[in-house]
Amino acid sequence: MNPPDLISILILGGIGLVAIGAVGMAVSRHLLRLVLALAIAEAGANLLLVLAGYRWDAVAPILAGAGATQPMVDPVPQALVLTAIVIGVGVQALAVALLIRVKEAYGTLDIRELKTLVEHEICGAAGIAPPESANAPGTRQPYPVPAASRESA
Amino acid sequence: MMVWIALVLVALMLGAAVLVLLLDNLVAAIAAASVVSLLLSLLFALLAAPDVALTEAAVGAGLSGAVLALGLRRLGLIDLGKREDSDA
Amino acid sequence: MPKHASILFATRMTTLLIGLAAQLPLGMTPMGVGQAILERAPSETGSANIVTSVVLAYRGIDTLGELAILFAAATVAGLVLAPSIHAGNEAKARPRDDAGLVLRAGSDLLFPLLLSVGFYIVLHGHLTPGGGFQGGVVLAAAFFVSFLARPARQPSHVGIVLIEALAGAAFIGIGLAALFGGGAFLQPVLDKGTLGQLVSAGSLPLLYLAVGLKVGAELSGLLAHLAE
Repeated sequence: MNPPDLISILILGGIGLVAIGAVGMAVSRHLLRLVLALAIAEAGANLLLVLAGYRWDAVAPILAGAGATQPMVDPVPQALVLTAIVIGVGVQALAVALLIRVKEAYGTLDIRELKTLVEHEICGAAGIAPPESANAPGTRQPYPVPAASRESA
Repeated sequence: MMVWIALVLVALMLGAAVLVLLLDNLVAAIAAASVVSLLLSLLFALLAAPDVALTEAAVGAGLSGAVLALGLRRLGLIDLGKREDSDA
Repeated sequence: MPKHASILFATRMTTLLIGLAAQLPLGMTPMGVGQAILERAPSETGSANIVTSVVLAYRGIDTLGELAILFAAATVAGLVLAPSIHAGNEAKARPRDDAGLVLRAGSDLLFPLLLSVGFYIVLHGHLTPGGGFQGGVVLAAAFFVSFLARPARQPSHVGIVLIEALAGAAFIGIGLAALFGGGAFLQPVLDKGTLGQLVSAGSLPLLYLAVGLKVGAELSGLLAHLAE
């Protein structure tokens, strides 16, 4: 297709949106930006779905009267995308609610700080030293042995 | 004719999507995501899918932006910069 | 490290998708099921909007699943955001006074307009582009704008939950009525009428009315939970 036609431009746009969303989810350090990148990836996927049912010079699948009908686009992908858009906003609302709770519990939304805070919390609950200290398991102390094998050996 | 309209819309949409990841201010990032949804609804209207265009405009550009902005307010991360005087 | 790996992954995924898309018959899709639905939908369901007939009549179970997912998301978000025991007094420090004159006057003007536009979109779902989900979002926006203008006057959460539950039960009840009437679950019942009239297409406008009320109540409850 030498001249850029409508469908190849839109396909590239949809693939570009999915790629930007995927890169954004992997690279972002703030959790809210991760949710935004997820929303962009969902938008790209919906565009690709609607594009799968498109036909050249076809009209929307709505009957305007009792006249002779032109060829229409495929209505099934449009019904699927209707569902997908509404589910996407439901998932985003739930993600934002969970982010509010994370901020209240840990005080930060940066994934690097959260990693250290959660690690310290788990190590504190398990009774072993955190990984950065000199007394971490494996550096100077032996690994903690489970209680069952401690009695048998 | 429609090719040029689609080209402009897709270019603006990809630019806004890249801006979501690059902007520091989170309110501006949410606004850029709403712009992506708005341009996407125009593309859906171009693709002879009026139901999907209506849903994307109402849900993506309206409700999603409202939900994210309300979450941002509750997180306490709204930062609108310095203003010399405020009106209404 | 994640930057380089993610850019490499995005490049390879983009190449794969472009290679896949170059082989597809884009623009000339062989519509098997879609063509059959386009030919039969006006006579079988009686609605002028074929996407509505696909959403409600041919794939009604998918709409029921979508309503279930929305219900789960809104309920769990409300549970997660409920004031916890450890929140204390700092969570209630948000000012409850009314907004400025512009927002108050604007919301008073917009509320009846948004309500009528929302109900129009919901009820005409089988004639024009629209339907339950779009109209439900507009209805939720109507209640949310009035809540933004006067945060102290909240809509009662019990009323919202009651409307949502009754509308969801009405959707399932209409589907079960079709089951007991001798057809399949969620098969459109009632007389089809003439194509293009408001009162036509059997039970499809009733199903969309239930969907619109449920989605509107659910989303306004979710926004009220997020805003306070």
